[in-house]
Amino acid sequence: MYVAVKGGERAIDAAHDWLAEQRRGDTDVPELGVAQIREQMTLAVNRVMAEGSLYDPDLAALAIKQSRGDLIEAIFLIRAYRTTLPRFGASRPLDTGAMDCIRRVSATFKDAPGGQVLGPTFDYTHRLLDFKLAAEGEDVPAAAEARDAAPARVPHITGFLGRDGLIEQDAAGDETPPDLTRAPLELPATRALRLQALARGDEGFLLGLAYSTQRGYARNHAFVGELRIGAVTVEMDIPELGFAVEIGEITLTECETVNQFTGSKTEPAQFTRGYGLSFGQTERKAIAVALVDRALRWKELGEDDQGAPAQDEEFVLSHADNIQATGFLEHIKLPHYVDFQSELELVRKLRAGADGAPEAAE
Amino acid sequence: MSDTRKTWMSLLAKAPPTALGRLWDSTGLAPDFNWLRAPEIGSTMVQGRMGGSGAPFNLGEMTVTRCALRLTDDGTVGHAYVQGRDKTHARTAALIDALMQTPLESRLRTEVLDPLKAALDERRRTRAAKAAATKVDFFTMVRGED
Repeated sequence: MYVAVKGGERAIDAAHDWLAEQRRGDTDVPELGVAQIREQMTLAVNRVMAEGSLYDPDLAALAIKQSRGDLIEAIFLIRAYRTTLPRFGASRPLDTGAMDCIRRVSATFKDAPGGQVLGPTFDYTHRLLDFKLAAEGEDVPAAAEARDAAPARVPHITGFLGRDGLIEQDAAGDETPPDLTRAPLELPATRALRLQALARGDEGFLLGLAYSTQRGYARNHAFVGELRIGAVTVEMDIPELGFAVEIGEITLTECETVNQFTGSKTEPAQFTRGYGLSFGQTERKAIAVALVDRALRWKELGEDDQGAPAQDEEFVLSHADNIQATGFLEHIKLPHYVDFQSELELVRKLRAGADGAPEAAE
Repeated sequence: MSDTRKTWMSLLAKAPPTALGRLWDSTGLAPDFNWLRAPEIGSTMVQGRMGGSGAPFNLGEMTVTRCALRLTDDGTVGHAYVQGRDKTHARTAALIDALMQTPLESRLRTEVLDPLKAALDERRRTRAAKAAATKVDFFTMVRGED
């Protein structure tokens, strides 16, 4: 247990001033603007929005600047800011089927209706450092535009499998989902609560867990049935008006996996599904969420508990949040003088007992 | 009424604040009004659906600014709920929402709403055209030929 300490005010002020100076870096180099971060460090901004659980690119960019690029620190700033906002209400559930896709690929169907759209992806790049980017002022080629392309509703791949009964269907409903930000996490959790926790969970932690399922710890053989990234409008009921309006548009990444089947003597074999949805262009995160979501569903699908970490709801949900984790981890650097003093006394006593002679006094 | 009002309110909310501000300024309109609710920044919990079409779950929040006002002239009330933290955006959207319920409606439609709609449509079209340019056809190669 850490204890309150007094004093050190001058040292703390000096430390913060130095922090500000270090944040600015060499003043011969132009200062980075928040808009530059928002426009050119987009994927960092997206990660901060996803794990900060607040969609606002300007705020996320500001947090990245303030945190000197430490993304977990930036997420911390966003989470803290979020708690100061009055909640106006909840949106209507998003219609991701109406997404204006900038990317949409399926690893299960080559000729997916709606097509395979690569979008602005790192896939198929050679991962060689591009030294042209080190030379500033390089002209950027304009993205190609196809002629006669109009925005169109792209159907979900799982819809096709569902039509033939080949994949389990998620029961639609409109009950109010539980909210982690309003009530403490209680276990066992519902799938709705798990998906909320995973959506704000640490990308690295979820990536590791998802990878563990691929390597055999609760393997469920996932295919990416569909991965889509694009813009979705957010609609909200306005109580004082009595109808819903679209209040804005957000970018989302959605991953649907098609997994190993279930079936029994009474029920025909069917593929099962995992689902990941995340703010921004956050593809690795959405795939990881879908794999972990599927692993956590073992009980409802009648699978065996293999004792794998990714199947352990308590383990996953209690450790996925990087703000909780970093808070507890980093607090051990704060003064623990009294605690440590008592342990020191104890060790001295034990040693004295073992030697059969009292320790020399200090 | 509520259907068309929903359409213009949605358009005003989704419009880029700078473009909206420019079009509004060029109308030269500056009606007197009283705040019913001064611009306030808050959040909305965004919900998704499991598997895209199943039961809802909470995905995360987004910032939203809202306000309500009453025109001094005829008492018409205007509301705004807009994404982000731009109070001027909310104020302009609420003023236009109020004026759209007055005889100025057709003028605002021509001078503000139609150009905004055209710009949003163009943005969607460009996005779709860029996406379509990256559409691929994968060919499956024959494996294990002798």
